[in-house]
Amino acid sequence: MNTVPMTMIQALRSAMDVMMERDPDVVVFGQDVGYFGGVFRVTEGLQAKYGKSRCFDAPISEGGIVGCAVGMGAYGLRPVVEIQFADYFYPASDQIVSEAARLRYRSAGDFTAPITIRMPCGGGIYGGQTHSQSPEALFTHVCGIRTVMPSNPYDAKGLLISSIENNDPVIFLEPKRLYNGPFDGHHDRPVVPWSKHEMGNVPEGYYTVPLESAKVFKPGKDVTVITYGTMVWVTECAARETGIDAEIIDLRSIWPLDLETIVESVKKTRRCVVVHEATRTSGFGAELLSLVQENCFYHLEAPIERVAGYDTPYPHAQEWAYFPGPERVGAALKRAMGD
Amino acid sequence: MNQPQALRLHVPEPTGRPGCETDFSYLHVSPAGAVRRPPVDTVPQETSDLTFQLIRVLDHDGAAVGPWAPQVDAAILRKGLRAMLKTRTFDARMLIAQRQKKLSFYMQSLGEEAIGSAHALALVDGDMCFPTYRQQSLLLSRDDVPMWELMCQLMSNERDPMKGRQLPVMYSYKRAGFFSISGNLATQYIQAVGWAMASAIKGDTKIASAWIGDGATAEADFHTALTFAHVYRAPVILNVVNNQWAISTFQAIAGGESTTFAARGVGSGIASLRVDGNDFLAVYAASQWAAERARSNLGPTLIEWVTYRAGPHSTSDDPTKYRPADDWARFPLGDPIARLKQHLVRIGEWSDAQHQQVQKELEAEVAAAQKEAERYGTLLDHRMPSAAGIFEDVYETMPAHLRRQRQEMGV
Repeated sequence: MNTVPMTMIQALRSAMDVMMERDPDVVVFGQDVGYFGGVFRVTEGLQAKYGKSRCFDAPISEGGIVGCAVGMGAYGLRPVVEIQFADYFYPASDQIVSEAARLRYRSAGDFTAPITIRMPCGGGIYGGQTHSQSPEALFTHVCGIRTVMPSNPYDAKGLLISSIENNDPVIFLEPKRLYNGPFDGHHDRPVVPWSKHEMGNVPEGYYTVPLESAKVFKPGKDVTVITYGTMVWVTECAARETGIDAEIIDLRSIWPLDLETIVESVKKTRRCVVVHEATRTSGFGAELLSLVQENCFYHLEAPIERVAGYDTPYPHAQEWAYFPGPERVGAALKRAMGD
Repeated sequence: MNQPQALRLHVPEPTGRPGCETDFSYLHVSPAGAVRRPPVDTVPQETSDLTFQLIRVLDHDGAAVGPWAPQVDAAILRKGLRAMLKTRTFDARMLIAQRQKKLSFYMQSLGEEAIGSAHALALVDGDMCFPTYRQQSLLLSRDDVPMWELMCQLMSNERDPMKGRQLPVMYSYKRAGFFSISGNLATQYIQAVGWAMASAIKGDTKIASAWIGDGATAEADFHTALTFAHVYRAPVILNVVNNQWAISTFQAIAGGESTTFAARGVGSGIASLRVDGNDFLAVYAASQWAAERARSNLGPTLIEWVTYRAGPHSTSDDPTKYRPADDWARFPLGDPIARLKQHLVRIGEWSDAQHQQVQKELEAEVAAAQKEAERYGTLLDHRMPSAAGIFEDVYETMPAHLRRQRQEMGV
């Protein structure tokens, strides 16, 4: 298949394009996603190509957008809807938690919600309190939904196609900090575009990256780092700068997850660090710590470390004091190594 | 300059409380036949006047009068009467079964039987209702939903189609156009709009029918549904069943004071009607009008059905603690069954003897269905669907963590 350089934005757009072409039941809608092509350009050109009945603008109502998608799913469509920022999914909570997640279960399979809810997430862009949050733990706690987050264009397209094809409701979180290029936390250095990176080479047509499959992003032997999204790149940088040979696992599917890959790695390295941007207390990292403790206790040689956002709302001016950059991750890697 | 007066918070109250009669003049009841019938392609804002009047067909003497009187075969009306009687008989029987602890919980629709029974006649196979927990008449008016199976759901027994996962009355019948009921109020209202939009996207001919109570109109999903239905001109009927009560809360606390729920529709650009919900003929005529509108690509219709919740909110509720015990007897729109019966007798299509005969037949039918359902267990004997089944249908295929948890349970 022909492979071309794509940013994460182009890769996500390509995924929707491919699926709209393949499946006439795929519809795309949300705030500003139609004519304008989305505030991040992710749906650019789709309305012109597929028409207003397949890709259209929606009123500013997150509950309405998700509720409509649930109804469309019950009819037999496969809606892919966008919440402009993950920070604004809260008004749709009832529709996500009480409806989309439970429809198959409560109706014993009579009705299903094969919907995908895309949400740009994450910080590191001076987004302040309501343009930077990482709410994945609010979804992973909900039975019946899948939560997915890519860290590069190749995975973004393959995972989005898998999510759209999946018959369960999927929360598809897109780290907007990675939209145009990888970001390792060094905000004072120029950002390298995806075109300069091999993971920016994306097949033009249909392919999938399976759900519930983690990727060993970088093999290593000293310590296992379990992470996802932007922090994959931050962790890689921290490993390089500390000289610690970390094995970095990019979860890709946050929940349900690929436990096997995690356990195999921790049993090998015997040390573990969990890294995420989201706030610490009751964050998804707590679940990861529990899983590693339950499954790898007798193999561990050090306490499991956790690097996360502080338990505060996401600040504006203090962005880089808040964002868990390579220095904080590096310090945790050293602690895990007993230094 | 005058000293401003201290502001006062207004908290609406029903006129009637236990030991004190309700003043039903707030209802604004129009005489039967008095309200005009606009063409189905009417402009939404031109239905404004209709939202403060009440469409009624059956007059005090049981005659069908006015422009909304439908041309309908007596056989259909007899079928409707039977459906209402069946619903009431079913409700009464299940109430007793709940008191006998054969099921954990029940909700009657006493007094509201006409709305679902007549509305169902305006829909066709393939249309989809998004009901609340008080539209059992939509199911009981159908011939193809076995009554015993509904009872199995209520008893959460071995043949419960919901596999014991749902509270009683939270039915789901896709093949009968009855969407899965959720405990969360109003959520289905916007889903119905989405379903209708999907039908339009696919160039289908099916329409959706959304259901909500007066109290739940205060939920955000009511407003989003109206907005989306209007914006996309969705083929949906937006039903508001105003039975005056949301558990203990009078409809004025939901925002009904000095206005109507039908008026909300016009404010959102949706053609809206306010209809006597206890008048089977008016329900049938208005439902047909709205269905024709939707099916002709003319857009959504909101209908406020004015009725009265004659029974307790649920088997967990005691209405004598918040409203007069004899309230229903004073409700000016009466009993839907008595009114249709009076009409049919008047036109020579029904008699007391026939009524008693059908009532007897239905009681036997319901008793037989209950006997059949109880063969598969009741809450008393704990013959329930398997515990292993609780892990199924969370996802399409069972993820590893649920397989592990099922193994832990040892089943």
